[in-house]
Amino acid sequence: MNTLSRYRWWFVTAAFLVAFTLFTAEFQQAQTTAVLAATLRQSTPLVLGALCGILCERSGVINIGIEGQMLGSAFAGFVVASSTGDLLLGVTAGIACGMLMGAFLAFLSVSLRGDQIIAGTVLNIAAIGLTSFFFQTGRSLPSGKTSRIKLGPLADLPILGRVFFSNRPLTYLTLLLVPVIWYALFRTTWGLRTRAVGEHPSAAETVGISVVRVRYMNLILGGGIAGLGGAYLSLEAVGSFERMMTNGKGFVALAVMIFGRWNPIGAWGAALLFGYANAVQTQFQFRGWLADDPQFIGMMPFIVTIVVVAGFVGRARPPASIGQPYSRE
Amino acid sequence: MTFLRSALVPILAVVLAIASGAIIIELSGLNALEAYKALYDGALADRKGIGRTLEKATPLVMGGLAVAFAFKAGLFNIGGQGQLVIGALFAGAVGYGVTGLPWIIHMPLALFVGGIGGALWGMLAGVLKATRGAHEVITTIMLNFVALNITDWLTSKVWREPGIIVRTPAIESSAEIPRWSQLPTGFALAVAAAFACWYLLERTTFGFEIRSVGLNPEAARYAGISVSRIVILTMFISGMLAALGGAIETQGIVGRYEPGFNAGLGFNGITIALLARTHPLGVIPAALLIGAMEAGGSTMQFKADVDPEITEIIEALMLLFVATPILVRWVLRRRDTSEISVGAHWGDA
Repeated sequence: MNTLSRYRWWFVTAAFLVAFTLFTAEFQQAQTTAVLAATLRQSTPLVLGALCGILCERSGVINIGIEGQMLGSAFAGFVVASSTGDLLLGVTAGIACGMLMGAFLAFLSVSLRGDQIIAGTVLNIAAIGLTSFFFQTGRSLPSGKTSRIKLGPLADLPILGRVFFSNRPLTYLTLLLVPVIWYALFRTTWGLRTRAVGEHPSAAETVGISVVRVRYMNLILGGGIAGLGGAYLSLEAVGSFERMMTNGKGFVALAVMIFGRWNPIGAWGAALLFGYANAVQTQFQFRGWLADDPQFIGMMPFIVTIVVVAGFVGRARPPASIGQPYSRE
Repeated sequence: MTFLRSALVPILAVVLAIASGAIIIELSGLNALEAYKALYDGALADRKGIGRTLEKATPLVMGGLAVAFAFKAGLFNIGGQGQLVIGALFAGAVGYGVTGLPWIIHMPLALFVGGIGGALWGMLAGVLKATRGAHEVITTIMLNFVALNITDWLTSKVWREPGIIVRTPAIESSAEIPRWSQLPTGFALAVAAAFACWYLLERTTFGFEIRSVGLNPEAARYAGISVSRIVILTMFISGMLAALGGAIETQGIVGRYEPGFNAGLGFNGITIALLARTHPLGVIPAALLIGAMEAGGSTMQFKADVDPEITEIIEALMLLFVATPILVRWVLRRRDTSEISVGAHWGDA
């Protein structure tokens, strides 16, 4: 009962969205499936970005450079995959690039105790500059993008089968990462330490936790997840690299993180909502609604974000030590 | 002396960044000296080049001021892009839509309407923060996308010039900001705005209140300052600054509003504000520097075959060196405590 009333807004929202989807899809199975599948697809990079943000911010470091991490990783992943022809190698390169950028962010903000917002902005601008400078048009993936894997008989279920059990590998990985990170954050020693460092670093230090080490580890790990998000964009969603292809997703991921109250499960729910706002656009176009004024469809996800952040989230409370460089004194 | 000391870090950062940029150019198999020579030729060698640099620098000054001004209150306005397009479009609409006015009224009127449009757009984020606790980093970014869509729609449906190209009709000559022998006078307006910001922040009670909120909102509240009021007004002014940059661009250079002009200015504003270490007057040299790099970029590509994107890498490097405390401490031989940390108020509602 307690749980039920605590999450009642989530249930109300979900119920409304399901009804709205059925309505816009004219109660047809194919269209409903398409909207739901697109929702999941659109939400995947946002969840990954938000998970990166959660890991960083739970340990007390703001990461505004998620956008840059995803862009850099999308580029690294694509270049490696297109020159070796090996997608797995590409994904690995994407993750490695994200981790490297995470380590760099940690070096700037933890070791040098620089301003975290500036450090993140450096990542963003550097990623835009470097990827545009070194990008050559005309490259492609010899093996195509990652292929769909059907999970046996589950994939044959109506609607759900197509939406959840017939996806590409990085999407499955993302779906797996959400509960794993949730468990790690709230049920393991590492998670407790992370949260302790984020809330009260000097207290954590007095009981023998190395604040610097925890922050480094979380930023690198988070970078790897953002890197996975980048690799998802270039190797799984699009199948090529384009200049500025992240298109603000890293920033939307920050909104997703805050909306999800720094909780992986919450962030997943939030990402699905934003993914849905994007997916439903296609449905609007399909139905020919607002066909003459597509701009109003284009701005919907952003208005949804504003309304949600202003209306639902209100004064969400971030980890207490966030944004402050830590020094042992 | 203190001025020299605080200017030392940015100057050193610029030198280091340009040197690192040279290494990158050399590593990609091109001639760095030739590239920088071409950059100089395109940006500063003659009156035409200088005019182009000032042209590019004008919206950069305004965008940098918008970010720097908001920083002083501890606010991070990433919405410069949205505020700019609103200002540019509104100025363009008044510029062509209102006819029969003398220059002395029409030109300022268009600037004013553009500025107020962007100011209200910026204030929206301030109101959402003050009343609902919505973080301005998120709302301003979202408002950027909304603004781009709205201006696109207004340009293609409401204020469209008949024809195939989606743009507004050319503005009346009475709304133009004239040139003075190839040099854009809009730049003088931007410089004036920088001095006005400096005066407002450093010499008035209101500016004191803004800085108090930026340094410590709790203390400011305790001292009887209404933090909500400051947040809303700061975003209003910040939005107006960015929007005026767009309006000057429309009235002084482009002559009409075209969708997609000046993309990426939001990011540049942040770079410039940080390069200037959020000092309103420091924004002027910072913007001139970036403006010169943008102005010379095409010449560099043409003469030395170096992608103009290299300038973005150099910008990131400058920012990196400016923001690296180790460099600051090494140069100044002390802990620099006088600066506002941008990140300190991330969680404050």
